[in-house]
Amino acid sequence: MIHKYDLVIVGAGLAGLRAAVETSKYSDVAVISKLFPTRSHSGAAQGGIAAALGNEESDKIEWHIFDTVKGSDYLGDQNAIEMMINEAPEVIYELEHMGVPFSRTKEGRIAQRKFGGHTKEVIGEDGKITRKPVLRACYSADRTGHVILHTLYEQCVKQNVRFFSEYFTLSLILQDDICRGIVAFNLLDGEIHIFHSKAVMFGTGGYGRAYKITSNAYANSGDGVAIAYRAGIPLEDMEFVQFHPTGLYPLGILVTEGARGEGGYLKNKDGERFMKNYAPTVMELAPRDMVTRSIQTEINEGRGIDGKDYVNLDLTHLGAAKLKERLPEITGFAKTYAGIDPVTQPIPILPTAHYSMGGIPTDVYGNVCKDEKGNLVKGFYAAGECACISVHGANRLGTNSLLDAVVHGRRTGKALVKYLKETDFMPLPDDTGKNDKAYFQKMYKETGTENADSIRIILKSEMTKKCGVFRNETDLKEILEIVHQLRERFKNVNLSGKGKVFNTELMEIIELGNLLEFSEVIILGALARTECRGAHWRIDHPKRDDENWLKHTFAFKTDKGTELKYRPVIITNYQPQERKY
Amino acid sequence: MKVTLSILRYDPEKDIKPVRKDYTIEAEPTDRILDCLDKVKWQHDGSLAYRRSCSHGICGSDAMMINGKNQLACQILVQDFKKKYIKIDPLPGLPIIKDLIVDMTGFFQKYDIVKPYLISKDLPPPKERLQSQEERALIDEAVNCILCGACTASCPSLWTNENYIGPAALLKAYRFIYDSRDGADNERLDIIDTQDGLWRCHTIFNCVEVCPKEINITWHLSQLKKKCALREF
Repeated sequence: MIHKYDLVIVGAGLAGLRAAVETSKYSDVAVISKLFPTRSHSGAAQGGIAAALGNEESDKIEWHIFDTVKGSDYLGDQNAIEMMINEAPEVIYELEHMGVPFSRTKEGRIAQRKFGGHTKEVIGEDGKITRKPVLRACYSADRTGHVILHTLYEQCVKQNVRFFSEYFTLSLILQDDICRGIVAFNLLDGEIHIFHSKAVMFGTGGYGRAYKITSNAYANSGDGVAIAYRAGIPLEDMEFVQFHPTGLYPLGILVTEGARGEGGYLKNKDGERFMKNYAPTVMELAPRDMVTRSIQTEINEGRGIDGKDYVNLDLTHLGAAKLKERLPEITGFAKTYAGIDPVTQPIPILPTAHYSMGGIPTDVYGNVCKDEKGNLVKGFYAAGECACISVHGANRLGTNSLLDAVVHGRRTGKALVKYLKETDFMPLPDDTGKNDKAYFQKMYKETGTENADSIRIILKSEMTKKCGVFRNETDLKEILEIVHQLRERFKNVNLSGKGKVFNTELMEIIELGNLLEFSEVIILGALARTECRGAHWRIDHPKRDDENWLKHTFAFKTDKGTELKYRPVIITNYQPQERKY
Repeated sequence: MKVTLSILRYDPEKDIKPVRKDYTIEAEPTDRILDCLDKVKWQHDGSLAYRRSCSHGICGSDAMMINGKNQLACQILVQDFKKKYIKIDPLPGLPIIKDLIVDMTGFFQKYDIVKPYLISKDLPPPKERLQSQEERALIDEAVNCILCGACTASCPSLWTNENYIGPAALLKAYRFIYDSRDGADNERLDIIDTQDGLWRCHTIFNCVEVCPKEINITWHLSQLKKKCALREF
């Protein structure tokens, strides 16, 4: 079946829905998602969305910009960061006007809390400037992503946006560097559909499911990233995977950084607040990469609780009332999954794969780049976690992700409105959908010899072990070899159930193919980058190396395998300095 | 330990009606029922179909009937059950598509009916609208709804009358009617102040029993009933 829409948006999280709100007023828009929209993983974001509103104490846009640049370990492109932070207050007010139920201050303004790496300048008595944590994260208890996601969906309902829920996107239709639509399959009946459009926007989310211990949803299999890569689009900075410091032991379910923003302590087996040894000025509110490495170091050096692979997040001094008001969701998680009550007991935590800094390269308007020189693909856009602009560089600050998704969903939407007005439909290539149909036929006809589950288990546990918080050449070479073997095995993977209706087994196999596709790119980028920067930490090259590595990785899929090229970082006002907190 | 899941299976391409099948797997006490379903799917029968995503109770995908009670498979652990023979059924009261996947189309159509979006009669100020902490507290529970459908599918009033709009949609109506920033109380009350709307709620409290976010839905619906009763025409 062939559908025709001006614009196809793939993914119904914050970026996709915000773009849908922007574009559907003027154009015929279809939003395609493998989930029902409110199931998207943006809804799991807890702690807040950053903007220097100054509702609780004085704050400045410039401080937020500087924090984001420094937090990115100077790999973020400063022009893009400046634009995003400048737009932050206005998009937050807009969200409030749409109905987002933010928590409130006594004066009735949007409430704000502290988060890691977000600071203000404080002038001491000696006239010296120091940086202290600032109240910048706009929040709704610890359900900020949930309320924004639902509000944006509500706005889409108001505007009668056409949703194709539970349609799984298989490939991009791209010819002569012009995007003409996508191919998807309807989970309900297994039929392949072609969506012919003037433009496609991806808001398909991150790729944390390549890891065993992760805060990510099942859905975060990096489908968009893998689809773009297969279509010949390069991937940028894939080696930068953020490990969140506080995943609930042992599963890695997210415990918001807001818990530390509200005053929580991290303690090792001796009850010591060990962050004083790593980031004495901001302690628990250092950026995520630093806190994660500190925790992992404590665990590796035998200071985990009871000799196990976790430390404690202690909230017991905050009191029951504050936990109920500010952190109800994680209080519930801790009870359900760890059987502990955070009012009286510390929460066991460990680092967990959380956020993908890398992704599909775009300019600041969401246009996807064809190469490292900044040439663009016509009609293909991306925003949110699947995109790399890059505003987060080597390490994203907490609460900057929701901001990124909303700001760039909106700005990409505005760019699309203009593009759609000026552009006509381009014809579909004759072979549209042919490869996907052939793949389906093969899967349904043949009996494979390999079990998808065993491939998936090996990939995820080995990625966590060998391409995780601390990396080195030996491990990376090993995991690269493992992924090569798994890709070979995957060619013979078996689809045991051959039904058409809700064949979620087939969907999972395609997702596994996507994981394998981009995992190799993560590893190759990590292997090549012989330095430590942000979330990428090579213990065999223990320094940041600005001379050689102040640049973005661009990975291209070629006949000979993956080819790596590089583009310099865009620096405007902030020259790289040593990163200390 | 060994755990047996007794799952109501239905394949529309093969079965005339649903059939119950037992699967025994190895599980840890702290495994979620969702993990157990994964083990069945990955180790026994790949064709088993169910929805899931976040796996920690915020996306609302995996509501199903577990030992006779609607709950999220990701929010309930093996150790929560004394007997390790656990019955898993799709949500009741909704058409089954395949295995544990039900057709939620009607559920979301009812959601759409109540105008589930903020309707403000005033132009917004340059910054945020002000809302006191007390005003915000009125919608504190209602905004936590994850649209999993556990409440609506547990409601006997819906089982006997499929036209009933159901607790989830009514809670959404509450969420806006009691939002100090919204100005469309009457429009929404007109929609729900009907036989198949609010008044089909017979305060049975099943919705409150099953809500995975512990929302006191019946209380919210009672507030709406009061508001309707006191309405001046």
